[in-house]
Amino acid sequence: MTLQEKYTELIDAAKISGATDLQVFEQSSVLHIEGNVPSGEVKDQLWAIYDKIDPNFASSDLVMNVNTVVTEGGKVKVITKGSNLNIRKGPGTDQPIVGKAANGEIITLISKANDLWWLVRTIDGEEGYSYAQYLEPVV
Amino acid sequence: MKKLSLFTLLAIVLTVAIGFSSCKKVKDSDLQTTISTALAANPDASDVSVAVEKGVAVLSGTVKDEATSLAVAAIAKAVKNVKSVANNLTIVPPAPQIPLVNPVDEALISALKDALKDNSSVMSSVKDGIITLTGEIKKQDLPKLLQKVSALKPIKIDNQLTIK
Repeated sequence: MTLQEKYTELIDAAKISGATDLQVFEQSSVLHIEGNVPSGEVKDQLWAIYDKIDPNFASSDLVMNVNTVVTEGGKVKVITKGSNLNIRKGPGTDQPIVGKAANGEIITLISKANDLWWLVRTIDGEEGYSYAQYLEPVV
Repeated sequence: MKKLSLFTLLAIVLTVAIGFSSCKKVKDSDLQTTISTALAANPDASDVSVAVEKGVAVLSGTVKDEATSLAVAAIAKAVKNVKSVANNLTIVPPAPQIPLVNPVDEALISALKDALKDNSSVMSSVKDGIITLTGEIKKQDLPKLLQKVSALKPIKIDNQLTIK
């Protein structure tokens, strides 16, 4: 069974999810699924399917990098699942913390410094960089 | 007739004298060849070039240190018929050996520091674009962890994590 066959259900789900720039390719015996999905909910669904096909993601034969589309200037929700999200002076965990945002808090995305770190502003007006994987668009 | 033979004799003497003196005089080009050959045996002198003018060997080029510079000059001086050596060699210390690192791996290691900040029980290593995760993690935290690591765009995630 090829990797594409193994993950057929996942690939199909990604295709009908409204994902854009979807790319599915195999490289060095690892399947890569990349693209932008419309919401955090879709992202979670895809990861749930991945977990179902490959319990605990233990086979190490897939790298799924699907991310939610967030527009600069728009609102984003903090999804830390509990703890506060650190807002830092610069893009990196070695940077000093200049503010915090609570889980579920809606904050403003000012700009994307890079794929991993985004410049945000809280309701209180604190500005700094947060880890993008803890932010999703408000739908 | 006598006059002629005297002339002839003079001509012969002159010819021999000139021939003798030119035989004594070693050509600069020959000296240059000899020195170059002698230097070719020394791997430290690979960037040295030599010119000879009127028996004076002029060394130019680069060597790695003072000792090599002196050694190269001594080799040239030791060649027979070299009157003197003008040592114009430049000493250029070799660049330090920088270990070859995969820049992609370096970037991944750096980015992993951020990605794994909230997962202190997870260890990671990187080789040839492959991220290996070891240690333990709660099942509920596993998808988020893998999402963070996948966003770094590795070639492969070798998941060796134990579920707590």
